[in-house]
Amino acid sequence: MRKFAILLTLALMLLGAAAVSGQDAVELRITWYNDGTEGDALRAALDQFEAANPGITVVIDDIGYADPNVYHSTIQAQVESGSPPDLARVNDGFRFAGNYLDLTPLVADALYWTENFSDDVLNSLRVDANDTGIYGFPLGFTITAPFVNRTLFEQAGIEVPSDTKEDVTWEEWAEVSKQVADATGTPFAIAYEPRGHRFWGFAISEGGEWFNADGYFTADSEGFRTAAQAIIDWNQNGLSDPSIWANLPDGPRLAREQFINGQVVFLYSGSFAVGGLASSIADTFDWSAVPNPSGPGGSTGSPGGSLLVGFAGTQHPEEVAKLMDFLTQEDVLGEFSVKSSFLPGHLGLAAAGLEYADNAEILNQLSLEIPKIDEQAYKLQYSKYAFTYNRPIDNRLAQVIAGEITLDDAIAAIQKDVDDAIAATEAS
Amino acid sequence: MRTVYNFLTQTRNHYGLTRSDIATYIYLSLGTLVMAGPLVWLVLSSFKPQSQLVRFPPTLLPYQQQTVTVAGYEEPLELFNVTMDDGTVHQLAQVSRVGLEARMVDPAAPETIYKVKLDQRQPIESLNFGFDNYTRGVEAFDFWKYFRNTLGVTVFATILTLLVNSMAAFGLSKYQFKGRNLIFIIIISTLMIPLSVILIPVFLVISEVGWSNNLLGVIVPAAATPTGVFLLRQYMLTIPDELLDSARIDGASEWRIYWQIVLPLAGPALAVLAIFSVMWRWNDFLWPLIVLSRNDLFTLQVGLNSFQGEFNTQWDLVLAMTVLTLLPVTIAFAFLQRYITTGIATTGMK
Amino acid sequence: MASVPVTKSSTAYRRRRPDWLTDVLDWIMHPVELIFVPIQRRFGTQKMAWFFVLPNLIIFAIFIMLPMLLNFYYAFTGSTNFFPQDRPFVGTSNFTTLLTCENFLQPVTCEQDIFWRAVWNTGVYVFFEVGGIVVISLITAVALNQRIKARGFFRSIFFYPVLLSPVVVALIWKWILQRDGVLNAIIVALGGERVPFLLNSEWARIWVIVVSIWAQMGFYTLILLAGLQAIPPEYYEAAQIDGASHRNTFRYITLPLLMPTMLVVLVLSLIRAVQVFDQSFALTGGGPGTATTYIVQYIYNTGFTSSSRQAGLAAAASVILAAVLMILTLTQLRLGRRTEENS
Repeated sequence: MRKFAILLTLALMLLGAAAVSGQDAVELRITWYNDGTEGDALRAALDQFEAANPGITVVIDDIGYADPNVYHSTIQAQVESGSPPDLARVNDGFRFAGNYLDLTPLVADALYWTENFSDDVLNSLRVDANDTGIYGFPLGFTITAPFVNRTLFEQAGIEVPSDTKEDVTWEEWAEVSKQVADATGTPFAIAYEPRGHRFWGFAISEGGEWFNADGYFTADSEGFRTAAQAIIDWNQNGLSDPSIWANLPDGPRLAREQFINGQVVFLYSGSFAVGGLASSIADTFDWSAVPNPSGPGGSTGSPGGSLLVGFAGTQHPEEVAKLMDFLTQEDVLGEFSVKSSFLPGHLGLAAAGLEYADNAEILNQLSLEIPKIDEQAYKLQYSKYAFTYNRPIDNRLAQVIAGEITLDDAIAAIQKDVDDAIAATEAS
Repeated sequence: MRTVYNFLTQTRNHYGLTRSDIATYIYLSLGTLVMAGPLVWLVLSSFKPQSQLVRFPPTLLPYQQQTVTVAGYEEPLELFNVTMDDGTVHQLAQVSRVGLEARMVDPAAPETIYKVKLDQRQPIESLNFGFDNYTRGVEAFDFWKYFRNTLGVTVFATILTLLVNSMAAFGLSKYQFKGRNLIFIIIISTLMIPLSVILIPVFLVISEVGWSNNLLGVIVPAAATPTGVFLLRQYMLTIPDELLDSARIDGASEWRIYWQIVLPLAGPALAVLAIFSVMWRWNDFLWPLIVLSRNDLFTLQVGLNSFQGEFNTQWDLVLAMTVLTLLPVTIAFAFLQRYITTGIATTGMK
Repeated sequence: MASVPVTKSSTAYRRRRPDWLTDVLDWIMHPVELIFVPIQRRFGTQKMAWFFVLPNLIIFAIFIMLPMLLNFYYAFTGSTNFFPQDRPFVGTSNFTTLLTCENFLQPVTCEQDIFWRAVWNTGVYVFFEVGGIVVISLITAVALNQRIKARGFFRSIFFYPVLLSPVVVALIWKWILQRDGVLNAIIVALGGERVPFLLNSEWARIWVIVVSIWAQMGFYTLILLAGLQAIPPEYYEAAQIDGASHRNTFRYITLPLLMPTMLVVLVLSLIRAVQVFDQSFALTGGGPGTATTYIVQYIYNTGFTSSSRQAGLAAAASVILAAVLMILTLTQLRLGRRTEENS
């Protein structure tokens, strides 16, 4: 009896210890999130890789992108505590600069990388101008643009303006969407994803200037005010649902859900959402992308795109490099882009053009938007402080919409937030 | 007015059902409604399919709409009674619904698609407590993994808490030694430093110790609770010193005295602390949020929070998983409620 | 090996314990004793107290005291770097940044406007939530103290929400308060208009308070109930004999005797209210705008999740919060001591 009790206690303790202790398997972990179907596309590519490389398993750690700050902070916490993931999908490349794995000596052909991926993108992972390392590659090139629910337009008997006109202003879109919403009993006319990144293009199209003569960030400009006021008005006049801005981290997801459920006529999102929208909407209704609305400053959206990076703290640098090499091959990357409905970030693929099995029309329409991207938008997105330029805008605009502060206060606060953040980062 | 005064000032020496008794019952019944109502609503809602959840106004009980498999469509389609333009009523299956119209087909002849206005159709439904939300939810929400993590954390943290706190309480109650007051002050001061105040440096310390993303980082730091030490100490003070002295005379070591005399006698207080510890660890949110960033290590609470962020509008899944998360605590409560309520009452007084 | 003297109480307890449990416990005890006895022989009985107290102290020292000291270090240093050695000393600039305001009533004019919004939000929240809890718990405790049937049942019902985690509580109420949720359904059925409860700043704040009271009042009700039941019935009997009215009985007997317990409830709920985070975070995420952002969330956002992590500011805010909590906790301890003396 005594022996049994001892053995039992031992067994329980061992079981408990096993449950509690972390598992250190020989595998590569990728910290990831999904906007749509790219996770499945990646899995397919990874399966191919694993088949060709027995002995290496790759695990996708989907931690969700409920809040961009939390996502990146989570990775940052892992990096700082000395146990980073082997690879990760990141949007804020500069945040981890200096912590990435330099692939230059490890990959088969470093020149391939510099030839096929834009300088802007590769630079966004580097510490400064003296850094020439290669740290990752873009999973796609994204562009922000609006989507409309054509079926609702049909039901209302109203033409989609961009079908017949080249330049359609934001005002026109707002008016037309309202008419369609009223005619069809749809609750909302416009759903605008509450992110600074989606806002940059709007402001630029309205003539906004984001950088002053010294090249420093300025929030206050005519274009900014016009664009911001428009969004505020939509929220106050019932064209937009305030809950999207009330719940900032969830905002984009809520906006897309509204569109998917046919509760809004016009969605301002981007090419990154196409895969997810398509799989959720299926053939419930007809929808398409439309050109970015025009204004005195042009008709521009914002560029973007996540990057897949490797971390210097990884236990398996050679395997990481092998995986990177595999994924950047034209056929693999091409297949990935097609499956996830991404526009390619690979310059060779982009020039050659991809044959999309799904959503070809929408993606082609979106690729037409790329040449129209304003220089300012590129400057904002590929700056060291891209994320810093991003967040204060949605935080402060949300406050205006909630009635806490005025637009003037918001603009001053945005400027201050950015100044403070830049100063704090410079001091490091 | 008199009734109110009577109600407020009622003593226990009163026989028969008075007006103030009735007022009391009314208050308590309303209170029960307010307390239990939201929970009942949660559970009822968790059985409803998504299409029912988006309906306004909501129905009280969960209904499931009848579905039918139609050739050419993957998923079964929902059935409606549709009043056609000519006045007749047909049973049609709905393919999709957007704006003011729904596209519907006759299950028997699925080639023709009818465009039906929303108000022409009536859903065909029956009462049904469907567990679909639960099964699908458990797939998307790694419930069993989170449950195992939380169970591991709770069990080990509680054992460690009982051990460490009882040792400290023993040391502080049965000995006179230099530095005793200093230790008191240290323990009291930790009362004044809740986690909310040391968030950032705690993260640094946990990382440096190497326990970030390790369940040990959630188990060990929580084990030393000032409340626990004081609670056990109060109880141990009532253990007569003669017991210890006679044991010492017989040559027992202090450890043996602690383990074989004091600990068993402190049983009731240990039980109360155990219950508290289980409650605290099971519901811990902020600390695991900071320590754990790997999905597979999440505890139930952290997992549920990130789940509701991910699947924000899929209330069918979120509600079902919420019910699952509160089930263990409910079951424990059902069995242990007497201990819990008396425990709180006695410690609250101190 | 000397045997432990068998006294009545320890035997009584032992008789109930199963044999195998005793064996397992002994099996743990013996190895520890092997280390223990030589140490005890060396240092003497009284000094062994340190052995018992040490594990607790070590955990406190590493995970609570050390971080608190580090807090001060972070508060007086700047930059966005995480490791203390990389942070330059900046003196009190973090504190001055936090505490600079043109007009303290207008957060918009402050250096760190979000901090001051959080301070105001927390102040208002604490006032109403603690007030609500004390009043409602008192009424409920009085009700439960009556001679009623099923007292245990009612007590459990009121107490049950206390066991639920803040995330679960928030989700339960989030579901009810949706634009198309059951509460709005009731309002519409009664002829009113739907209210977007969680989208409106005022309503969001009100509901955070209501939900908090809902979730916690059972705990304090039990404490007050114990306090009521501890009042010796002789006082009431004497009052009845003297022909005192119910009103006077309550005012001059019940209330004063209950006052110590009520103060305990007040301070406990105050300490808890100042630290509000889990529930509000899960219910509203701090929104709309910053309507339901409270101090702890400010610390969490500033120090953890924002892209330019300003740990210095967050630590300075933590130090201020710690000061407030210290005052409250000391008050609680003093009250506790006074209660012990009085009873």
